[in-house]
Amino acid sequence: MKTVASIVTSVLRFVYGFIVGDDWTVAAVVLLALVVTGVLAANRISSLWLVPLVAIVMTAVSLRRSRRAS
Amino acid sequence: MTGAGVVLLTTFLASSVEAIEMVIIVLGVGAARGWRSTLVGAAAGLVVLAAVVAVLGVALAAVPIGALRTLVGALLLLFGLQWYRKGIARVAARGLAGMSVPEEPESDVPATGMDWTAFVLSFKGVLLEGLEIALIVVSFGLAAGQLGLSVAGAAAAVVIIGAIGFALKTPVTRIPRSLLQLIVGTLLTSFGTFWALEGLGVTWPQSDVDILALLVLYGLAAATFIGLERRAMHHPSAEAA
Repeated sequence: MKTVASIVTSVLRFVYGFIVGDDWTVAAVVLLALVVTGVLAANRISSLWLVPLVAIVMTAVSLRRSRRAS
Repeated sequence: MTGAGVVLLTTFLASSVEAIEMVIIVLGVGAARGWRSTLVGAAAGLVVLAAVVAVLGVALAAVPIGALRTLVGALLLLFGLQWYRKGIARVAARGLAGMSVPEEPESDVPATGMDWTAFVLSFKGVLLEGLEIALIVVSFGLAAGQLGLSVAGAAAAVVIIGAIGFALKTPVTRIPRSLLQLIVGTLLTSFGTFWALEGLGVTWPQSDVDILALLVLYGLAAATFIGLERRAMHHPSAEAA
């Protein structure tokens, strides 16, 4: 039982590290941008600029935050 | 050119585009995190792909490729952004130091056993691109009534692009790890953005060529961020103000 719990914990830790990493705000905002893009695309509104823009802005925010923290 | 030649050339060229994307991911991940887990992931992707093709055959056209593109694209985008960010910070801090000196391995790459990050990245890249090649084969082959030639064209593309990738393995390994992490992060972020949005129903005006536009966009942004990071390191008082 302990081994199963340990495997599940390891898998969850891996998935979290793979998707979220060390800055959860980047993952959350980019995911939100993907959802908004999906909704806009479903309504035939062109939005291919949104995700690249959000990705670049969030990278800037994250770099600035980690620089100030160090 | 005969009808058969057109089918062969068309499937070869269309499959080459997908095979290049597949090989770039495997090559980048392998050079950055080690080859063993990356190649095991790629082999596992090929085995699953072969099983899917064997079971579904020409019914492959029914695979919900849009949903798969969104899932794989979103995961690559989120992971790629982590390497993109870390690569920018490291290149800003270290520059191209380490060009001739072996660098320390990544701290999160296990010394022994499987590196699941490398495994998953190459597995997903091979499976998604392989499925796209299979779809090209089925759609072109059935439309032209030349399934055998269509398979031959795609197989030739995978073998030739794969061989070029294998030949580039050693030169790519010589790139400093910090720069390599930035390059692979930029590639994964670009491919991830492209696939995720395509899966969500966004139409890219120039199709796969827009991956290059994304690479240029993210590359220019990275160069700008590196400049800003360096300036902040050399003038910390200006940053604090």
